[in-house]
Amino acid sequence: MKLSKITQEEVKHIAKLARLKLSAEEEERMVYQLNDILLYMEKLNELDTSNVEPMHHAVEQVNVMREDKPKPSLMREKALANAPEQNGVFFVVPKVI
Amino acid sequence: MSEEITRWGIAETRRRLVKKDVTVVEVIEAYLKRIEALNKKINAFITICGDSALREAKFYTEHPEKLVEKPLGGIPIAVKDCLCTEGVRTTCGSKILESFVPPYNATVVEKLLQAGAILIGKTNMDEFAMGSSTEHSYFGPTRNPWDISRVPGGSSGGSAAATAASFCPGAIGTDTGGSIRQPAAFCGVVGMKPTYGRVSRYGLIAFASSLDQAGPMARNVQDTALLLQVISGYDPKDTTSILKEVPSYCEEMKKPLKNLRLGVPKEYFAVKGMDSSIEEVIRNALKVFESLGARIVDISLPHTEYGVAAYYIIAPAEASSNLARYDGVKYGFRATSSNQDLISMYSETRFQGFGAEVKRRIMLGTYVLSAGYYEAYYRKASQVRNLIRKDFEDAFLTCDAIIAPVTPILPFLIGEKLEDPLSMYLSDIYTLPASLAGIPGITVPSGFSPDGLPIGMQILGNYFQEDLILRLAYAFEQASGISGRYPAI
Repeated sequence: MKLSKITQEEVKHIAKLARLKLSAEEEERMVYQLNDILLYMEKLNELDTSNVEPMHHAVEQVNVMREDKPKPSLMREKALANAPEQNGVFFVVPKVI
Repeated sequence: MSEEITRWGIAETRRRLVKKDVTVVEVIEAYLKRIEALNKKINAFITICGDSALREAKFYTEHPEKLVEKPLGGIPIAVKDCLCTEGVRTTCGSKILESFVPPYNATVVEKLLQAGAILIGKTNMDEFAMGSSTEHSYFGPTRNPWDISRVPGGSSGGSAAATAASFCPGAIGTDTGGSIRQPAAFCGVVGMKPTYGRVSRYGLIAFASSLDQAGPMARNVQDTALLLQVISGYDPKDTTSILKEVPSYCEEMKKPLKNLRLGVPKEYFAVKGMDSSIEEVIRNALKVFESLGARIVDISLPHTEYGVAAYYIIAPAEASSNLARYDGVKYGFRATSSNQDLISMYSETRFQGFGAEVKRRIMLGTYVLSAGYYEAYYRKASQVRNLIRKDFEDAFLTCDAIIAPVTPILPFLIGEKLEDPLSMYLSDIYTLPASLAGIPGITVPSGFSPDGLPIGMQILGNYFQEDLILRLAYAFEQASGISGRYPAI
C-alpha cells in the first residue's frame, strides 16, 4: 500500500478552489495521479534548504517603471470582439445578484 | 524545382531571392504545395495562412527593393500557436481558445514581420505548452516526420516537425522546461532557448511566466542565428526583458573554438534507462570538439536529479495562476448550460474547455499553493531552484560551456506515455535545470539511432552567451557534416 498524499476530499476541495468541475472518473484518476506525482516530490526533502533563499526569477530585476503618461489603449470594439457574450459596451455574465 | 526550393533553408533562400534566381511567390507556392500534400500525415499546423502568405509574397513582386533591405524578406516562417498573431486565430492548442483572434501581435511576431518574414502558419503544440509530446493538443497529435508512429516531442512539436518536414525553413517555438530543445532533438533540427529575458514575452500566452521564453528552430545553425538576431532584444512592453546589446550572432558564430573549455556533467550520463545510442552520439561529439581545439573538462551539477520535482511544482503553480483568466467572460469558449450562476459557468467552462494534462497541472499548482502546503512545496521548490542555479554558477567557473544530452530517451511511440504523466515528466530531466536557472541552451542534431531516429546534443551557456553556444553548435555542424539528411515522408 503506497502512502497517500492526497485524498478524494482534498481533490474536491482543490477543484473548487481552481473553479474546475471534474467528472467522477476524472476525480478518481486525479487522486491517484496527483498522489504519484506528490510522492515523487518528497525527493526534495532529501535536501537541507534551511539557509537557501528561494529563487523566483532568473534575472533579478526590481521596480521596472514606465513614465506615468496616458497613452491610447485597445479600442472597446476590439477588446469586446472575442467575448462569448457582450452588448457592445460591457461583457455579459450570468446574473450575480 | 518546387521540392528543391523547400530544402534551401533561410540563408540559401535569401541568397537566391536577392540574386533573382527565384521569386517570393515561387518560394511561398512551393511551401504551400508541400504543406497541402503532406501536412495531413504530420499535422504540424493548426492554421495554415495560405492566402495571406501569397498576398504578402505578391507585395514583393511590386516592391523588389524591400526584399533586399529586410533581413528575412520573403522567408516563410511558422509560429507556434501560443504567440499572438493579429487577425490570425491563436489557440494555444486548446478548445478554450479555439476561436480566439488576437487584436495585436506578439513582439516576436511583430519583429519577424518587420524583418520581412511571411507567416506561413500557426503550429500545433501541447495545450498551453504543457507536455513533452504534442499529444495533448485539442487539434490532435503531431507526428514525427522521421517515423510517423512516434511523437515529435513537445510542446513545440508542430514547429519542430514543420521545420524537419520542410514545411518551412524555420519556425518559432517556446521553451518553458525544454519545449524547444526536446522536440528539436526528436525531429533532428536545431532549436535554441535563449536566456530568460533575451526575447520579449509580450503576446506570448503565459504558461509559467518565470520560465517561458520564445526561441528559433531551423534546419541549420546559421538559420537559427539569423532568426535569433531578429527576435532578440529589450522590449518596453515586457518588464522582464533585459536591456542589453544583442551581438551579431552570424559573425560571432564563425570564431574558432581554440582553448574553449567544455564541461561534461557526470550527472547527465548516469541516469537509469538512458538509451545507449544517445550516450554514444554525445561521446562522439566530444571527440569532434577536441579535434577542433576545445578542451573537455569533467564537471558536476549535483542537484540535477531534483530538477524534475522542483520544476513540476513551480511551473504548475505559476500555470494555475496564469490560467485563472480562462473563465468564459472576456474571450474564448464559454459553456452554456441551464444551471447558470456565475461560479458554475466558470467551472463548467473550464471543465469543458481544458484537456486532461492542463487540468492535472491546474490541480497540482493550486494544491502546492494552497494553505498549509505553500511552504512545504512551493517555497521548498523555489529554494531548490536556487541550488540548481548555483550548480551552473559554480560549473561556469571551470568551463565555458556545457555539453549534455537533450533527453535520456529516443522519440517514443504515440500513446506510449499518455496514461503515465510522471514517466513523461521524468523524460525532461536534462532540459529542466537550464530552464530553472534561466541560462541559454541549444539543441544541435548530432547523429541517429540504429533505427534511424534523430539524436540531438544540448549545449548550455552562461547567461546571455547565446553567441558562444551558437559558435560551438556551428563549428560542430561544419565539422561533423551531420546536417543535410531529410526524412522521407
